[in-house]
Amino acid sequence: MNRGIDYSAQSRETASFGTWFMNKLFMGMSAADYSRSLITPFNLLAASVLATSLPIFITRYSKGLAYVVDANNEYPWGLLLSWGIFAGEPLFAAGFVVAAGYYLFGLKDYRPLVRLAVLGGMLGYAFAASYLLIDLGRPWRIYYPMLINFGPSSVLFVVAWHVALYCTVQLMEFSPAILEWLGSKRIHKWAVSVTVALIIGGVILSTVHQSALGAMYLITPGKLHPLWYSSYLPLLFFSSAIYAAMSFAILLAFAAERYFRERCDNDFMSTVPSVTVSLGKGAAVALYVYFALKILALAQDDRWDMLLTPFGYWYLVELLGFVAAPMILFTAAVKVQSLGLIRAAAFWSVFGIVLNRVNVNLIAFNWNLPGHFEKIIPSSSEVIMIMAMITLHILVFRWILNRFPVMKELPDYKGSH
Amino acid sequence: MSDKKGQHPADIQQRDNIDGSQKKSRGISRRNFLSASLLAGCSALGLTLEAKASREFKGWPKSYGMLTDFTACVGCRSCEEACNKANNMPQPEKPFDDDSVFKQSRWPSASALTVVNRCVNSKEPSKPIYRKIQCNHCLEPACASACPIHAYTKTPEGAVIYNADLCFGCRYCVIACPFNIPGYEYESALEPKIVKCILCYGRLKDGKLPACAEACPAGAITFGRRNDLIKLARQRISENPKKYIDHIYGEYEVGGTSWLYISGIPFEQLGFPINLPKKPLVELTEGYLSSVPVIFTTFPALFGLVYGAMRHRDKTAPQQPHEDNKEDNNE
Repeated sequence: MNRGIDYSAQSRETASFGTWFMNKLFMGMSAADYSRSLITPFNLLAASVLATSLPIFITRYSKGLAYVVDANNEYPWGLLLSWGIFAGEPLFAAGFVVAAGYYLFGLKDYRPLVRLAVLGGMLGYAFAASYLLIDLGRPWRIYYPMLINFGPSSVLFVVAWHVALYCTVQLMEFSPAILEWLGSKRIHKWAVSVTVALIIGGVILSTVHQSALGAMYLITPGKLHPLWYSSYLPLLFFSSAIYAAMSFAILLAFAAERYFRERCDNDFMSTVPSVTVSLGKGAAVALYVYFALKILALAQDDRWDMLLTPFGYWYLVELLGFVAAPMILFTAAVKVQSLGLIRAAAFWSVFGIVLNRVNVNLIAFNWNLPGHFEKIIPSSSEVIMIMAMITLHILVFRWILNRFPVMKELPDYKGSH
Repeated sequence: MSDKKGQHPADIQQRDNIDGSQKKSRGISRRNFLSASLLAGCSALGLTLEAKASREFKGWPKSYGMLTDFTACVGCRSCEEACNKANNMPQPEKPFDDDSVFKQSRWPSASALTVVNRCVNSKEPSKPIYRKIQCNHCLEPACASACPIHAYTKTPEGAVIYNADLCFGCRYCVIACPFNIPGYEYESALEPKIVKCILCYGRLKDGKLPACAEACPAGAITFGRRNDLIKLARQRISENPKKYIDHIYGEYEVGGTSWLYISGIPFEQLGFPINLPKKPLVELTEGYLSSVPVIFTTFPALFGLVYGAMRHRDKTAPQQPHEDNKEDNNE
C-alpha cells in the first residue's frame, strides 16, 4: 500500500482497454508483483478474520438468522445493528459536515479534505446498508419501502428513503473522483457543476436521516429507559452526529496522513494540521451544544431523581465520561494547538457516540425485563460477523485510497472543484 | 352507547345477553349470544364508518374485542391447544395437559401465538393466577404505524393482521410493540415472517368465534364488542369490588386495546407493563414526521442563502493570492 503511481503517465491511446483496465486495477504493477505486494501481516490477519466469518455468513443465508444471532420477540435487534447502523451512521455524517463547511460555509481550507470525508461518508453508508442486508429477514426485498408499498407513518420509512437517496447523492458527490480515475472529462465537468445543489440536498437528507434514527425510538416509551427516552431524541441524535462527524473526519485525515502518505499531495499534507484544529474547534462547540441539549432533555422530563439509580450512574458515566470529558479535552487541545490531544479527543468522542447508540439500542432498551443483561450479550458469531465487516470496510477503503485521486489533485483537473 | 335509540339490533341483543350472562352460568350464555349476534354484527360494521370523518381516531366503532378475566382462568391451557389447532401450528414438545410447562415463564413465539403462565397470587398465595398472553390488538397499533411497508392492518373488526407478502423482515414492529408480541421466524432462511395472534381473523370472517374464546371452559375469555366488554368488565368490578382491582387493563393503555383484562391483583405483578402512556404510541412520532417536509422546504432556502452570502463576500473581498484556482473555475 505504499506504492506510488504516476496517474498522468497513463497512455490510454496506445494500450488496449484490457491493459488500461488492469493497469488501473493493479496500480501499474504486473499481476505477479501485485499479488506479492499483498502479503503483509495486516492482510494475513484480515484474511483470517474473513475466512473465520465465511461459514457464519453462509449459515446465515442458508439456514436463517436464528443460527447466527440471539434474537427473539423481546430483542429483535442485536449488536449487529447497534454497531453497523446506529453507531456507524453518525460517524459517516463526516461527508456532509465537511462538504457543507467547504462548499456552503466558505471554509476554503477544507478543500483537500473534502473528497476523503465524502468517501468516508459514502463508503460508510454502503456498509451500513450491508449490515442491513445481513440483518433483514428477506434482504432481497430491501427496495420494498421504495417501490412496492408505503408506510409513511413509520419513521423507518423516512430512514429508508433518506438513506437510499443520500447514498445516491453521496455517490454523485464522489463521482468526480471516479471520473478522474477513468479519465472522463466531459461527464466530469457536468458532475462538478451540480455540486452545490448536491451538497444542499445532502445536508437535508443527512439532517432528516440522522434525526430519524433517534426518532425511531420515540415510539418506545415503555421500553427505553426514561433517562435515554426523550422527546428530544431526534435532536440529540442529529446534534451528536455533528461532533461525531467532525471527530471522524479528524481521524480520517490522521489515518490518511499516517498510512497513505504516498497518496497525499502537498496540499493535503500541509492542510491537515490547520484543518484538524479547525475541526477540533467545531467538535468542541458541537459537544457543548449536545451536552446542553442532554441536560435540557433531563430537565424537560424531570428525570433528575433517576440519576441516583444504577442506570443513572451508567447514564452519568456516558454523559460525564464520554461527552463532558472529550468536550473539555477538545477545548484544551485546541487552546494549546496540540494535534495529538485533538486526535485523542476525537477518538474519545467517537467512542462516546458508539457507547450512546449502544446504550439506546441495547443496554437501556428493555431495561425493565427480567434477565435483561444476560439477554443482550451478543453471540460469538454475531461478533465475528461484525469483525469481518470492519475488516472488509478497511480493505475496501484502502483499495479505493490506493487507486482513486482522493487526497491529491490530478494535474489535469486542478482547481476544477 | 347510553342511548338505546338508533342502535343496531345486534348491539341490544348482545348487551342483554351480557347482562344475562352475569346471572346465569357464564359459559353457556356467552356462546349463545355470540353465535347469534356475530353474523348480524359483522354486517352492521360496514355501515358505521363515521369515525373516519373525525380527526381523532378513537378506534373502529363497534369493533370486537376480548375480555380475559384472570380471576376465572384455571390454567387448563385449552386456549393454547385450540389456538395451536386453529392456526395449524406444529405440535409442541410437551402435550397441552402437561403442567410442567408452568415451571418456567414462557412467551408467545413463532410456534405459539398464545401462552399461559403461572404467576404468584399475592392475595392468596395458595391459589396461583394464570396469565394468558397474546397480541392485544391495539386500537392504534404501534406495530402497524412502525411498519415501513405497511404490512399491518387494523381491520374494522378489531383484529390486527399482517401480510407476509410485503414484509422484508426489519422487525421494527417488534421494537415498536409495547407488549413484545410479534414473533419472527428466525429459523427460516428463505421465507421468514412475523407470527402473532390475529384474533382468528379468518374465523371471525366466517362468523365463528376466536378459537381460544370458544375453547375456554372456565368462562375466562369473553368475546364481544369492545364497548360492551368494557361495560361488562366495569359491572364485574363494581359487583365484586373485593375480588377485582379497579382497573381494566387495555381500556386506556396506549390509546386502548381490543383485548381487555381484569384481575384480582395489580397488573404489574402479572408482568404487564404499567409505564405506558394513555395515548396511542404513533402520536409520539407525529410531531417529528410532520417536521420532515418543513426541513425540505426551508433548508434549500437557508443554505442557498448562506452559499450566496459566502460567494458575495468572496467577490467583494479583495482577492487573496492563494484563492485563484480554488473555486468557480468550472464555467
